[in-house]
Formats: sequence, C-alpha cells, structure tokens
Amino acid sequence: MARNSGPETTARRLPGDLAIWFFILAELLAFGVFFVVYAFTRANHVELFNAEQLTLDRTSGAINTVLLLTSSFFVVRAVQVAEAGFSRRAAPWLAAAFACGAGFVVVKIFEYAEKIGAGISLSSSTFYMFYLSLTFFHFMHVILGLVIIAAMWNGARTGRYGPGNMNGIETGAAYWHMVDLVWLILFPLIYVMR
Amino acid sequence: MQSSLSSPRHASSHGTPNRAAIIWAALIFATMLTWMVGERGDAGPAVTALLMTIAFAKGTLIILDYMALRRAPLMWPLIALGWMLLVCSMIGLAYWKGLAA
Repeated sequence: MARNSGPETTARRLPGDLAIWFFILAELLAFGVFFVVYAFTRANHVELFNAEQLTLDRTSGAINTVLLLTSSFFVVRAVQVAEAGFSRRAAPWLAAAFACGAGFVVVKIFEYAEKIGAGISLSSSTFYMFYLSLTFFHFMHVILGLVIIAAMWNGARTGRYGPGNMNGIETGAAYWHMVDLVWLILFPLIYVMR
Repeated sequence: MQSSLSSPRHASSHGTPNRAAIIWAALIFATMLTWMVGERGDAGPAVTALLMTIAFAKGTLIILDYMALRRAPLMWPLIALGWMLLVCSMIGLAYWKGLAA
C-alpha cells in the first residue's frame, strides 16, 4: 500500500466547506472587536472592573474551559475516526462532545442564576454589562454548536461520513473549535486579568 | 488502535489520536495555570503578558491542530493566527493604558 505519496496526499486543503470559514472569520472579527472594546473600557475603569471581577466564579470559568477543550478533543477524535472510514464509530465521540458542551451550558446557567439572584443585571454597572453581554453572546454560540453537533451525531450514526465524504463533519467541527477558540481569550480576559 | 491500523494510509489533515490527546493535555495544563493565577490574585503587567501568552499558545494549538489549518492553504492559518496575535496584543496594550491612567 502506497504511503503518503503523490501530489494529492500532500496538497494543502481547507477542511470543510469554504463558506463556514468566511462565517468563522466574521465571528472572530465580531468577538475580537468586543474583546478589545472591553479591554479599553476597562482601562478607563480599572478599580471598578477589578472590584467586580472578584464577584465572578473563576472555578466555574475554568471548569467550563476544561469542558469546551475536552469537547473539542472528542470532536477531533470523531473526525479522525470518520476519516478512517468508520462513520458509525464517530457517533459516540460526538455524543461525548455534546455531553461536555451541555455541561458548559449547565454550569453557565448556574452562574447566571447566581448573578440574577444577587440582583445583577445588564444595567448594574459597566463591568456587568460587558460580563453578561459577552458571555451570553458566546453562550448562544455554544447552543448553536450543540445543535450542529447533534446533527453531526445523527449523520455519523447513519454512516454518512467517510474518507470520500468529510465535508459535513469537518464543517461542523470547524465551527465548534471556533467557539472553543473564542472562550480561550474570554476566560482570562474577563475572569482573571486584573 | 484498530481504527488507526485499518485506516487508509492517506495523509490526514487531522493528525493522529496520540497527537490530539497530547495537545488536549497541554491545553488543560495551560488552563490550570491560568486558573491558578486567578486564584492567587496575581496582577500586573508581567502577569497579564503571561496570561495573553498562554491564551495565544492555546489558540495556536487549536487553530493549527484541532481546526486542522496546519495543512490548509497558508492564507488561512495566517489570518487566524494574525487575529489571535492582534487581539492578545490589543488587550495587552489596553492593560498598559489602564496602568498609565
């Protein structure tokens, strides 16, 4: 069996659908603007931001980071298994990825409930306005990502993916990794940096 | 590793299971570092530089390996890494501005 020979095997290739990558770039641009606006607003209200940041639960934020990273790992494994020609074996990996993503949602709901219970809202302060709007914007992306993972799981379960048909699973995976990537900046920026 | 043994021997864009697992472990370790900095209440320019460096390093692993842009046309990893570098740098710049204020 030939191993990694020929131009086709070494050619550079963008995984998934080209359209998702333009969508990802638009999302990265939007999140990037939000992050930079947050950082420069903080620069004008350092004491307020430092004081109110202490009310956030960093452990919840760290647990959510671990959940998203683990979910991303499971998605990578699903893509690898599908690429190896075992679409149905990708389904359990995607189910595990979904479970981690759902775990993120549960932790975030508890976090929001605690803040709302303490009377905190968008109008409480500039810091909480940013905290709630930025994390909720990301939260909505996690929800959409979970819908996509569920669709990928269904596709894998029915044997849709394989070496000749990777577009769907690679497209969904790219979106999910983007959701993860954005959180990797959001967590230190809002929960830790002071 | 039945799937690896019986997989077609074409170049994969998505690496190997072992590589994915090692990267996951590195990402978790980096997350623990960030969390520890927060728990200790460490602050200052050096700490912020460390936090942004960790975020950039984690993002690089996600972009190149998990997103599989390492084998994509060069424009795509450069755009994604450029975004990461720009955002982390701007956050650092804003932090510095906050110190001077």
